[in-house]
Amino acid sequence: MRHRTAVLAGAVGLSLGFVGIAFTQAGDWGAYQVGDKRSGYTYAQPETQAMQDDDFENPAFLLVDLAAEQWSIPDGELDKACADCHGDVENLAGVGATYPVYHEGWGKMINVEQRINECRTENMQAEPLKYDSKGLLGMTALVKLQSRGMPMNVAIDGPAAPFYEKGKEFYFERRGQLDLACANCHEDHAGEQLRANRLSQGQPNGFPTYRLKWQNMGSLHRRIKGCNRQVRAEPYKSGSDEYVNLELFISHRANGLPVETPSVRN
Amino acid sequence: MAVVGPASAESLVTYTIVDDFSIPESLTGAPGDPVKGREVAINRRLGNCLACHVMPIPEQPFHGETGPDLDGVADRYTEGELRLRVVDSKSINPYTMMPAFYRVEGFHRVMERFAGKPILTAQEVEDVVAYLMTLKEE
Ligand code: HEC
Ligand code: HEC
Ligand code: HEC
Repeated sequence: MRHRTAVLAGAVGLSLGFVGIAFTQAGDWGAYQVGDKRSGYTYAQPETQAMQDDDFENPAFLLVDLAAEQWSIPDGELDKACADCHGDVENLAGVGATYPVYHEGWGKMINVEQRINECRTENMQAEPLKYDSKGLLGMTALVKLQSRGMPMNVAIDGPAAPFYEKGKEFYFERRGQLDLACANCHEDHAGEQLRANRLSQGQPNGFPTYRLKWQNMGSLHRRIKGCNRQVRAEPYKSGSDEYVNLELFISHRANGLPVETPSVRN
Repeated sequence: MAVVGPASAESLVTYTIVDDFSIPESLTGAPGDPVKGREVAINRRLGNCLACHVMPIPEQPFHGETGPDLDGVADRYTEGELRLRVVDSKSINPYTMMPAFYRVEGFHRVMERFAGKPILTAQEVEDVVAYLMTLKEE
């Protein structure tokens, strides 16, 4: 499952047949850039990129490996393991590229973290895992890793449409004492220096990510909380409807970029 | 000429905007201190002007680049124009990235501990303006 060299840089082919993302001329960012869309990888320092390129150097794999063990360990009242129903975790390939999706029963969107917890509570009668717990971060990363290299392909039609609109509104709405919208930083000024930080496009395709500043893995919602606080705006809770709708908007905005979970960022 | 009174924030000084682009009079009635203003510009919790601007502050390693270089800005603008820019940049350009440093109205979901407070005090605004006035090319 681990790869010594950058999976997306083309040296190692994915066994999934999804490496169809063309690898273009030298000097550009290969699979990490699709049209105008650029992964956060392309704005990162070379040392940070190198950590992500080598799964044996990437500290995120600590939690991913634990989750891979957990996958076959029974839990909850029903004494079931993920593997009992899903077989090999590779069977979940593709899931990470398409979430959030509309959940009929909930009447709203569900993301991968919530989907895993739903399996725990409904299918295993086990306790849900806390949103930013190591267990849920690792399992989410394990599930998304099965889609690594596949282009993000999030649908926003049908019942997802109104939730997409809410996420979009959030993205362009100024907030906080500094009065800035996501778009001010990540659309209007991507590539520019914000004091010590180089602004990226704020793409979600590498989450959960290992963040050097956190010395740990973190969820997309944790990162968004940080971006809210940075402008002195009251954040929402991880897993809130507001953030799931925003996740839908930015995940669709990333369509075409490859899933690169677990990424490494500073 | 329009009078802008930060209505519900009684602690904020009332000021007068002249011809839509200048606040000619000091918010405190006295000139600011340029040395303190330079510190305000550096301080991440206060002006943090360096987040977005290159400034002649060589001892600080990181300067932002989403706004223009402020070296020589006093050659381009009057003191009153610089004051309005710092107080409420959005009255000049509603789409700007630059925060309004002396305003408390019209914000969305401000964190509780900053709610109802301007980013800078009137004194800090004056100090920054005094510092900006030292930024002449010659
Ligand atoms: C008792 C059987 C059962 C167990 C145990 C179980 N699941 Fe599931 N899981 C399902 C079923 C059934 C679905 C599909 C539900 C549906 O179609 O909406 C599903 C769906 C999913 C999906 C979404 C797949 C997709 O195509 O959208 C993920 C991700 C997932 N499970 C992860 C897990 C994980 C991780 C565990 C262990 C913590 C787990 N599941 C345990 C039965 C189970
Ligand atoms: C004041 C500027 C600013 C605003 C406003 C802002 N961010 Fe960020 N954001 C940053 C900085 C700086 C980073 C770290 C460097 C980078 O990747 O851009 C970052 C990183 C991110 C990342 C991680 C990207 C990666 O590759 O891992 C995501 C996702 C993100 N932001 C989403 C958002 C969302 C959603 C909003 C709106 C709620 C938002 N940001 C608002 C400055 C901002
Ligand atoms: C979040 C980014 C940001 C911060 C922080 C910021 N500015 Fe700005 N500033 C800008 C941008 C962008 C402009 C360009 C004009 C516009 O957008 O209207 C600008 C323009 C200016 C101008 C006019 C310069 C010219 O040549 O036209 C001055 C003066 C100025 N800023 C001073 C400051 C001072 C002083 C501070 C700190 C107290 C500060 N700025 C903080 C983004 C910022």
